[in-house]
Amino acid sequence: MNTAVNILSLGIPFSVALLIASLGEMFNQRSGVFNLGCEGIMAMGAFLGMLVPYSVGHGGPTSEIFNVLGLLLAMGVGALFGLLFALVVVTFRAPQGIAGIGLQMFGVGVAGTLFRHFIGGTQSVPGISKFPIPLLSKIPVLGPIFFSHNVLVYIAFLFVPLSWYILFRTPWGLRVRAAGTNPRAADSIGINVTRVRYQALAVGGALAGLAGAYLSLCQAKMFSDGIIAGRGFIAVALVYFGHWHPVKIMGGALLFSLAQSLQLAIQGQGIAFPYEFAVMLPYVLVIVVLAFSRESQLLGPTALGQPFNREKRI
Amino acid sequence: MQKITSLRMEHITKQFPGTLACDDITFSVGEGEILALVGENGAGKTTLMNILMGLYQSDEGRILINGEEVRFRNPNDAFSAGLGMVHQQYMLIANMTVVENIALGYKEAWSPVKLDLAKVRARIVEISEKYGLAVDPDAYIWQLSVGEQQRVELVKTLCLGARFLILDEPTSALTPQETDELIVLLKRMKSELSIIFISHKLQEVKNLCDKLLILRHGAVVFEGETADHSMGDIAALMTGHEVELPVNKEEACNGTVVLDIRNLDVQSDRGFLALDGFNLSIRCGEIVGLAGVSGNGQRELAEAINGLRKVERGEILFYGEDIANKSPHHIIESGMGYIPEERNTEGIVPAFSLKENLILKDTERDEFSAHHFLKNKAIEANATDLRVKFDIRSPNTSVAAGSLSGGNIQKVILAREISRRPKFLLAVYPIRGLDLGAAEFIHKQLLEKRREGIGILLISEELDEILDLSDRVAVIFKGKIQQVLERKDANRRTLGILMAGVHDDQTV
Repeated sequence: MNTAVNILSLGIPFSVALLIASLGEMFNQRSGVFNLGCEGIMAMGAFLGMLVPYSVGHGGPTSEIFNVLGLLLAMGVGALFGLLFALVVVTFRAPQGIAGIGLQMFGVGVAGTLFRHFIGGTQSVPGISKFPIPLLSKIPVLGPIFFSHNVLVYIAFLFVPLSWYILFRTPWGLRVRAAGTNPRAADSIGINVTRVRYQALAVGGALAGLAGAYLSLCQAKMFSDGIIAGRGFIAVALVYFGHWHPVKIMGGALLFSLAQSLQLAIQGQGIAFPYEFAVMLPYVLVIVVLAFSRESQLLGPTALGQPFNREKRI
Repeated sequence: MQKITSLRMEHITKQFPGTLACDDITFSVGEGEILALVGENGAGKTTLMNILMGLYQSDEGRILINGEEVRFRNPNDAFSAGLGMVHQQYMLIANMTVVENIALGYKEAWSPVKLDLAKVRARIVEISEKYGLAVDPDAYIWQLSVGEQQRVELVKTLCLGARFLILDEPTSALTPQETDELIVLLKRMKSELSIIFISHKLQEVKNLCDKLLILRHGAVVFEGETADHSMGDIAALMTGHEVELPVNKEEACNGTVVLDIRNLDVQSDRGFLALDGFNLSIRCGEIVGLAGVSGNGQRELAEAINGLRKVERGEILFYGEDIANKSPHHIIESGMGYIPEERNTEGIVPAFSLKENLILKDTERDEFSAHHFLKNKAIEANATDLRVKFDIRSPNTSVAAGSLSGGNIQKVILAREISRRPKFLLAVYPIRGLDLGAAEFIHKQLLEKRREGIGILLISEELDEILDLSDRVAVIFKGKIQQVLERKDANRRTLGILMAGVHDDQTV
């Protein structure tokens, strides 16, 4: 019983970075652009997020305000990276896959370089501390699983209904979906497809930056070169897995992170099971689930990956 | 909301790389008028209308509404001036509902935090009652038939405040009944607004329009009253020469059955049965026309015959051999000729040269290869020969096939298929989107092959094409044969009724 509660209460904060990043990627893809550079933006976010509190406190405790500033900086730079990506793939119509891989390498490389210049070796920060919700966190079993985390965990899960509302109940969400499904039709009815895609990529970039900062400020409380560990790519995969729908994406993020905390538990319990296979488990799970999840063309952005050019004659 | 009493385009010129799409075009439309804009493919009709809607910018010329010059930099400018266009390819988003599609353009329902769908719904109800256009606001677009989608397009355009309608080939995908309904509707709407009607179906133009503007190669060749000119005159003005589409007048030859399809079940992409107990047989030396509104299983039938789609049940006997679920290679080698529906993606490899496309099915034959190397001289000679025989207009035999016009691409496909001496020919929408000259050529070739004793299955939704060429006409509806008629018993009316799913004996 205790083990199960531990696995669950560990798995939920694990899912947050994936959840935030893949909700951002969902906006990208709903507008017709997939951003494989998510990993790179997350690396930038992870570095910048801890840079602010570290510079102020040199690893010691700081006021929470600097953590918030770190998060905001990560989001702002993430949005800028999103806009840079938009310039390349929307305005210059570069192939999205290649441009995304370029952005990923650029982001990871720049973050690592700046880290060595400004911070150097392994340095930790106090990060954002846990905020158990009064009363609710005292409930047995449910309390530790759901209500004993840091603030960003609660916010991340609030993003799920919020992004559903934005996507399906606001004019902007409608425009995003139109631009990603049939940009020619959207254009003919007076929607500026280019502008919508820039906006969606900025939102996606900001969320990827925030997801990265979550890793350095809340989860690892430090920065290292491999801190993102492929989560950016997993986030892209989760968007396909979740059929571009916030709730299903959340399901995917939870599934992956619970597998992650399960494998940690297997290692921690000293069960006689080769740990290499345990580490593989979540990744294998993603591949298996993706292979068996049927593509639903009726729901998704059918113009995904295609640059839009109004005067291109068919 | 001021009425549009006159609209005038003056000296419109638009250059695309390599072509002059519009060359100094001037015309005007008055209040309550319907202007027919007529011309062959590539004559510049759609480009001209895209300029009017602000989708393209013209290089020269100006637009005047009610005598005042206007400039449209994007579609929003054109909407606010009161123009609305129903495009040939419907501009609807398949995974959204009707309400959402209309909300996309209906800015009164927008606020930053909420989309007021109730307001959009009220507007839709108001418009559909005013014009008698029934639509279900909550249906998803992918659930609607082509005719219903067009109604949604009309409602959308009117909801956004159009007082001047542009319809780009609105009848090209409709059944004859739907076409008649549309014509009646447009005649009624004439009292409220002016219309530009683009079509190359001259019967409709004569029926509906007051004035006529004919374009050829981007320039105006004729402007005048519709009533003063016969359909023959208009066709000659459109093409620049007298056109007469060939007609099959010969007796059926009653040869042996060469293709016999029995109880065929085939699934569609979406997983339901697109063909459901389908039966049809074709004899040698006859053309069987398969009429039907597209989407009733035609695509799946063509793919199943050619081994491109799995057959769930039933047999396809081709000269006695069951070719169901055989490989495409096997079926090609046994003598099947195929003119596919999508000529650009299925018929040719666009990036390959003309001569390469002509031998795509014969790369392993000794004629064109030896020891796994291609014989370039033989390939070149073959292309030079076919280019003359089939009147393929291209600068040389090495141009990319994808750079040719639709008519010439179709001639390349036809040349490849016919020169292989097939034992059977399956032609799917062979003249869709082609101009009259190319259509004439293709039809003559098909009749020629019929005379040589080849069986031909012609899949089409153009009733004129079916009636002109076929010895027998079969009508397909929801994956089944409704009825097979001898040519003498088939006419537009009976076919139209059968295509709509009504059995002949139910009609009065």
